[in-house]
Amino acid sequence: MMKRDFTRTTVSNGRFPAFDPVGRAGASFKPQHIEAIAGQSASIGFLEVHAENYMGAGGAPHAALARMRDILPLSLHGVCMSIGGLAPLDREHLARFAGLVERYEPFLVSEHLAWSTHDDVFYNDLLPLPYTDVTLKRVCEHIDQVQEAIRRPMLLENPSTYVIFPESTWKETDFLREIVSRTGCGLLLDVNNVFVSATNHGFSATGYLADFPLEHIGEIHLAGHDEQEDDEGAPLLIDSHDRPVADPVWTLYEEVIARCGPINTLVEWDADVPDWPVLQSEAAAAQRILDRSLSSAASERSHALHG
Amino acid sequence: MRFTADRPRRAPSPTAYDAAFGQTLLSPDRPQPSCVAGPGGKAAVKRFNVYRNNVTHSLVTALTEIYPIVTQILGEQNFRMIARDFVRAHPPTSKLVLEYGRGFAEHLADFDPIRHLRYLPDVARLERAWLDAYHAADRAPLDPAEFAALPPQALAEIRLSPHPAMHVIESDYAIHTIFTAHRSGPMPRRIDAGIPEAVLISRPLLRVEIRKLARGQPVFFKALRKGAPLRQAASLAMEQDPSFDLVEAIGLTIESGAFSGSGFPPPN
Amino acid sequence: MSTKATLSLAYLAGAVATALASSAAAAPLSQEQVDAAMKAGKEKCYGVSLAGQNDCAAGPGTTCAGTSKVDYQGNAWKFVDGGTCTTMDLPDGRQGSPEPLDRDLPS
Repeated sequence: MMKRDFTRTTVSNGRFPAFDPVGRAGASFKPQHIEAIAGQSASIGFLEVHAENYMGAGGAPHAALARMRDILPLSLHGVCMSIGGLAPLDREHLARFAGLVERYEPFLVSEHLAWSTHDDVFYNDLLPLPYTDVTLKRVCEHIDQVQEAIRRPMLLENPSTYVIFPESTWKETDFLREIVSRTGCGLLLDVNNVFVSATNHGFSATGYLADFPLEHIGEIHLAGHDEQEDDEGAPLLIDSHDRPVADPVWTLYEEVIARCGPINTLVEWDADVPDWPVLQSEAAAAQRILDRSLSSAASERSHALHG
Repeated sequence: MRFTADRPRRAPSPTAYDAAFGQTLLSPDRPQPSCVAGPGGKAAVKRFNVYRNNVTHSLVTALTEIYPIVTQILGEQNFRMIARDFVRAHPPTSKLVLEYGRGFAEHLADFDPIRHLRYLPDVARLERAWLDAYHAADRAPLDPAEFAALPPQALAEIRLSPHPAMHVIESDYAIHTIFTAHRSGPMPRRIDAGIPEAVLISRPLLRVEIRKLARGQPVFFKALRKGAPLRQAASLAMEQDPSFDLVEAIGLTIESGAFSGSGFPPPN
Repeated sequence: MSTKATLSLAYLAGAVATALASSAAAAPLSQEQVDAAMKAGKEKCYGVSLAGQNDCAAGPGTTCAGTSKVDYQGNAWKFVDGGTCTTMDLPDGRQGSPEPLDRDLPS
């Protein structure tokens, strides 16, 4: 499979070390883990932060992030851009986001296929949108604006959803493929989101992944979810990021890596965050799967050369 | 109803999904938007409520993290009920949750069942200012050498640049005692909340520092912050309180890092 | 005679000199020292962790996840016991908990 490369190694005039991550497993960065990570930076492949947590002017958050950026590759993940909203993007927010990209030179930059702001109210959640020609056009305009502002391609993450919109005329996978084709962005495949949405809406996660434009994936997310019930007592999964990755999600992940090769993978943990060794061991589990893929790719190359 | 020929005929457009969500996310008694469903036409009541819950829970939780001491004072369960009302009445307009919760002190002050906890709004103001200081821009604190070299006339006229993290908060209540007891522990058995206290907040490096100000010092620091020359600020403080100790106040000006240099207005 | 006039230049200069002499060692770090300390990661916890202080609270962070803790329902509230407000005394002798008032409004 021809894969596109969405990583950006540094151009920093020595402000930060250059990293060229391939097939690495990373973890969400939480400030309480800073000393543990600094003491053994080789134990993790990269760190990812939510951009909005570093949009204050200065102080401890920036000092911590700069320190981490000195020892590890950094991925910048926006959660509030509201790319899936009908309203125009917030110019001020976009400028802040671009400023962080410039300041920290992340090797990956991503945002969500979701919205969070309407009529100047910020709802602080990743809200769903119908997939129609109208929303497609709007989402593509917004991604164009983001990519112009940051002067590089971004990755767009597939959402986890709890409702559907009967007015939708596009399948989510086709919608994403069309966005990639129109904007040149890449995709962030959240395997837990696939499993959550598939369970909630009664479709096959494997079928979704078969339809997914895997060649455009620049990053993978894994996370834990909670299980509740809908009005009929059927399972309703909540994308809660507050526990280890579930077994069926690991299985799907292994299938994806087997098909796509070693793609940089993040384990997310946002609530009830455990001590660093617990989070690190989740990332290590992803790293073992990536390493198997890396070594089989290497042995294929070696066979091709010498066989 | 007939449309005239020159008026294009249009079906009434359904409410856009973002407006439909916006009208219902913070109103638990309204039905969910008609544009959403479960798969195969299943009901979407609990499904839509996941979004309602995410919005309310995340914002209420943000308030507990912005106001950890008010949370401790009220008890978390009580705090969350009051915060839920605040979220519905004043949802955020900034995408930065670190900016959220301004106006919460007034919300507490207006809330009858806790009106007798009169120190509470000022404790909230102090907590909000602490967070502003935590995220304020980095700037090196005033170098005392800037003072040392000056002749007396220049000293009298010197104006100082307030550090971006500097705040002065005055209260009729013991906000410094309450704050430090909850943040640094151990909690005293009883706190006399009725003693007026003023607080200087600064952040010379990365750590937010909280100091209780002596009498006259709030006037001194507020005057300097507004760009008053040193002698004028000192005179105002002495007029207000003859016991004002100028040596101590200048020492605090240097030690606290509340100013970042000479010159007013400060550089951007 | 106003106090303003009593604050002479000499008095002011003397006060500054005394303050400088006694607080020179307590002055905050210079920008170079700040940069060096940040580079070396000397500021532990990046919030606060001075001896005797346990306040690493750093304010709210974002999440890109949902929650499974139910929190949105109803308009009703009823105060429960708890919180440190019971340890605080006010001059009028009042202290203690929120008023034991229930609100259970129909929507």
